[in-house]
Amino acid sequence: METADPLGAPRLLPFGDAAWTVEFGARIDPALHGRVLGLLEAVERAREKEPFDGVVDLMPTFRSLTVCYDPRVCDGERLGEALLALARTTGAVRREGRLWRLPVCFDAEFAPDLDDVAQTKGLTREAVIDLLLGTVFQVYMIAFMPGFPYMGGLPEALEMPRLKSPRKAVPARSLAVAGSMCAVYPWESPGGWRLLGRTPVPLFSARDEAPSLLASGDRVNWRAVGREEFTALEAAAQAGRLPRESLLAGENPS
Amino acid sequence: MNGLIEVSDPGLGNSLQDLGRFGYRHMGIAVSGCVDPILARCANALAGNPPECACVEVRGAGPALTVRQGRVRAALAGDVSATLLRAGGEEREIEAWRSVSLDPGDELRVGFVAGGAAYVAVSGGFATPLQLGSRSVYRRAEIGEPVAAGLRIPCAALPHRGSHEYSADPWRHEEGPFRVMLGPQDDHFKPEAIAALLGGEYRATKESDRMGARFEGAALAHLTPASADIVSDGTVPGAIQVPGNGQPIILLADCQTAGGYPKIATVISADLPRLAQLRPGQAIRFQAVDGPQARQALRALETRWKWWAYGMVYGPPGMEINKDWRAGWPLFEDAWRQGE
Repeated sequence: METADPLGAPRLLPFGDAAWTVEFGARIDPALHGRVLGLLEAVERAREKEPFDGVVDLMPTFRSLTVCYDPRVCDGERLGEALLALARTTGAVRREGRLWRLPVCFDAEFAPDLDDVAQTKGLTREAVIDLLLGTVFQVYMIAFMPGFPYMGGLPEALEMPRLKSPRKAVPARSLAVAGSMCAVYPWESPGGWRLLGRTPVPLFSARDEAPSLLASGDRVNWRAVGREEFTALEAAAQAGRLPRESLLAGENPS
Repeated sequence: MNGLIEVSDPGLGNSLQDLGRFGYRHMGIAVSGCVDPILARCANALAGNPPECACVEVRGAGPALTVRQGRVRAALAGDVSATLLRAGGEEREIEAWRSVSLDPGDELRVGFVAGGAAYVAVSGGFATPLQLGSRSVYRRAEIGEPVAAGLRIPCAALPHRGSHEYSADPWRHEEGPFRVMLGPQDDHFKPEAIAALLGGEYRATKESDRMGARFEGAALAHLTPASADIVSDGTVPGAIQVPGNGQPIILLADCQTAGGYPKIATVISADLPRLAQLRPGQAIRFQAVDGPQARQALRALETRWKWWAYGMVYGPPGMEINKDWRAGWPLFEDAWRQGE
């Protein structure tokens, strides 16, 4: 159901008495997401000023921005009107997020669904891996669980539905795909995405000032590593000796 | 001197919670915090604390807490009691809604909470380290200090050996329908679904935790089978999401930050605390309100709470609650002014 024209009017959706959702459309689309980020930045800039000073949380998604406010200090109707006015006037931004080059290991143990995806798609294992490595994924949002990145851009040749029967426990740091999305499970959790590899890099660390490694607007390019390098990087990360900057593209040529 | 408390038995289903963790939802971090912040505020007031102090939220077998250092005031709020084991061997029952002062070696064994949540507060609050601005435990991401055997938690010690205690009438949540605001995806449902939600009874089920509570009742029909799925967008506590089977799930404090089910309506802030107190089998109704009505309801709740707090008394243990509301008030008027 299409609810808003991607280039037209955003909709203000009531979300109880402590939040509004501004919806730009109903699809996963970089143009819609650009408008979400545009509004996000505009609200961030306005947060000192009334009526935005009652805002307590901002949640950008693929196609909408949910704005949480404290109903004890903030007039919800005024905030809603101001949000809609801002959404109508802010254009799309292409957030030049960071470009990450993250290691991933495709060992069979880490990639239980790799053969299945290859077979279903009539590809070799290597071809599936090449398609993954040749893609720059776009981080749309961090949601579902702390640090979980919803990344778009998966080549159509790899699109598969979720598993009919989800796994009870997906190992932490599994690289997973579903539909046109790619993600990494930061924690062990139940999940129905197809597992194609594992990264040694922790996606979330509550002790860090910026707990989530990735942010909405970032881009991710995967770099294949063998089991040995995987183990070494995993140990380094656990010992706190894997600086995040070393994972940015340009500083990690390989 | 500071107080120090040791968890001598972690019990089951307990967690440290405060008002919640704001500003991190864009990283997928739930807001957390007490599922019934009003009751937690009562427990804090009875311990002499401002509302933002962390409490132990008890949702099952309560913990046992032993004082290791200092004289510590403790208070319970909710449908719960405790056994106090004095260092000297004396044992007595402790009721909720009045504080008790504990000395080193004394152990407070908190009883069982059969449904909903009850709160334990101590003087100064349970001062575990702040993580991302809050002490609330969000288990899914291992954020916050879990209530584990042997954990030692600082708190404030009472400056003197006075024997006065706080007491108050039990807080009673309002009854009546749960007020909701329709949306954000009410247009994904048939008009009959809106009528069913606002006209019928929905029964709380056993499937309820800090993330959300499932209800049973007349199925809420989506406009088309396809409208049962949306491209994931933001969720908040109070959102009534409806998966394909038409049975509503109301999200609570630990709910995930985004989800792919349409939300037919959202429970207003004033009614969220009592939502967390429902027991399996309890039937509820919903009533639609608009923004100004929701604001009025929140104001009414805050006024009611203020009057509850006015009724708090401070005096020798066993003193009857005499409705002399001035007695307790000045002690946390400041805390009240700070708001939440």
